Amino acid sequence: MGESAQPAAGATPAAPLLEVDGVTLQYKTKEHLITATYRVGFQVYAADRFVLLGPSGCGKSTLLKGVAGYLKPVEGQMRLKGREITEPGPDRVMVFQEFDQLLPWKTVKQNITFALMNGGRCTNRREADEIAVEYIRKVKLDRFEDTYPHMLSGGMKQRVAIARGMAMEPDILLMDEPFAALDALTRRQMQDELLALWEDTHFTVLFVTHSIEEACIVGSRILVLSPHPGQVKAELNAHHLEHHNVGDEDFAQLQRKIHDMLFADRILEEEASPHG
Amino acid sequence: MRPEIFVETLEKVDTADVERPLSWIERAWNVNGVRKATILIGLMVLWQAYTVIGDIEPLMFPSFGAAAQALYQSLFHSDLLEKIWFSLSVLLIGYAIGLGLAAALVMWATSSRIGGDFLATCTAMFNPLPAIALLPLAMLWFGLGVASIVFVTIHSVLWAVSLSTHNGFRSVSETLRMIGRNYGLRGIPYVTKVLLPAALPSILTGMKVGWAFAWRTLIGAELVFGASSGSGGLGWFIFENSQNLETAHVFAGLFTVILIGIAVENLVFRNIELKTVYRWGMQR
Repeated sequence: MGESAQPAAGATPAAPLLEVDGVTLQYKTKEHLITATYRVGFQVYAADRFVLLGPSGCGKSTLLKGVAGYLKPVEGQMRLKGREITEPGPDRVMVFQEFDQLLPWKTVKQNITFALMNGGRCTNRREADEIAVEYIRKVKLDRFEDTYPHMLSGGMKQRVAIARGMAMEPDILLMDEPFAALDALTRRQMQDELLALWEDTHFTVLFVTHSIEEACIVGSRILVLSPHPGQVKAELNAHHLEHHNVGDEDFAQLQRKIHDMLFADRILEEEASPHG
Repeated sequence: MRPEIFVETLEKVDTADVERPLSWIERAWNVNGVRKATILIGLMVLWQAYTVIGDIEPLMFPSFGAAAQALYQSLFHSDLLEKIWFSLSVLLIGYAIGLGLAAALVMWATSSRIGGDFLATCTAMFNPLPAIALLPLAMLWFGLGVASIVFVTIHSVLWAVSLSTHNGFRSVSETLRMIGRNYGLRGIPYVTKVLLPAALPSILTGMKVGWAFAWRTLIGAELVFGASSGSGGLGWFIFENSQNLETAHVFAGLFTVILIGIAVENLVFRNIELKTVYRWGMQR
């Protein structure tokens, strides 16, 4: 945890936006009680691109759902702007991996105005329309305003979901592997677009992924979680890396560091085995 | 080592079939109504040919022409229209009450576990029970009038519609539910703005099945005692004519039942589906 003591790049604001403090999350399946995360703690500051990274089964998605308010911690506390998180609300908007997160009975524009009107950001239709159009333009879907979601490609659907999330101007945008179901080319393009949007408005985002590369490109700070139950292994800086750094020594080094951290146990196991 | 290949300029695509308008026959065949009308006309021709060529006794099986003529005659020179109206009004009352009760029941079933159990148990018990089997009891309780017919019609609508609506609610994806709650929707707005439209395909299916059940039950019930209420409906029309050995008129009555069924399916339900679930890509 030595590295987490270093301040994040740039001027760090006095108070963190989101505080997660010794949080243990559990959920029940039909036969088991599963501990998803164990005493996880971290702090997200305004304008962070904070990535939760770990192998599948490390509880990173569960942790995000906890922050969103769908799940109550059995131990520890989560606070947004100092107020404890108790239920889902429009101050923390989720963007999911699934393509069915758009309401199929509403057009692209209506999906955004639906969020704005019900989430309490707008009270009149005209204002909501204007904001929706502005964000549709930001994700380059101008021509598809009045299209129903089933006519869009996967990448376009994710763009609408992101536009909807950003239009709400939440305190923090929660993204649960939003690009995992896309093809490699589209994923790369979406990562770049997300970074461009961030350059534009410097929103705060909490981003879950299982891809080390994606974490290094998208994130400004990376929380590495161990598998089953998720515990904090490290908190690293990655604000200096983008797509054009992929070949660089810096990038490779960070990737290797994270890789070794995540798979250290497995390497030890292999060495111990007689065939190793 | 094989050489690498690069194509500098692509050959000009020179075939008419890159994008060719379909011929009018192909286009007409793509229209739903055209295909179905063709099937209907085929069946009519078969029927007419069978009765004429086979020289069938009209008392047993009248030709299509005779049946159509009887239908025309009853519609415009007799009281068939009145009977249709009578049947339809009873049907609509029963259908509407059935839908209302189903809505209330499903609300309860979605909001509490005991409600869900109640719905599951009741549909398991009553859905397989033919409405006609309840008719003797209904006559005992409500007398030989419209009330009894409405009662059995409600019974035939209620369980079918509740079952599929409840199934529709339960199969709404977890993601959509979470989205609804994320934007601050709770309680009734959550149900009407998220669950209801998301479950619409199942709800419409339930309404269609409910309509068919109600229609059958109604005709069956009227066959049993339409006359007692003074002005019987379609079922009574069929029964009366079969008693008088007016077989062509019996067919005319059956035609009416079929035609109304087709009209409701194709004009009402089909249009609702085209404007909603098809347009939204929730059903193909």
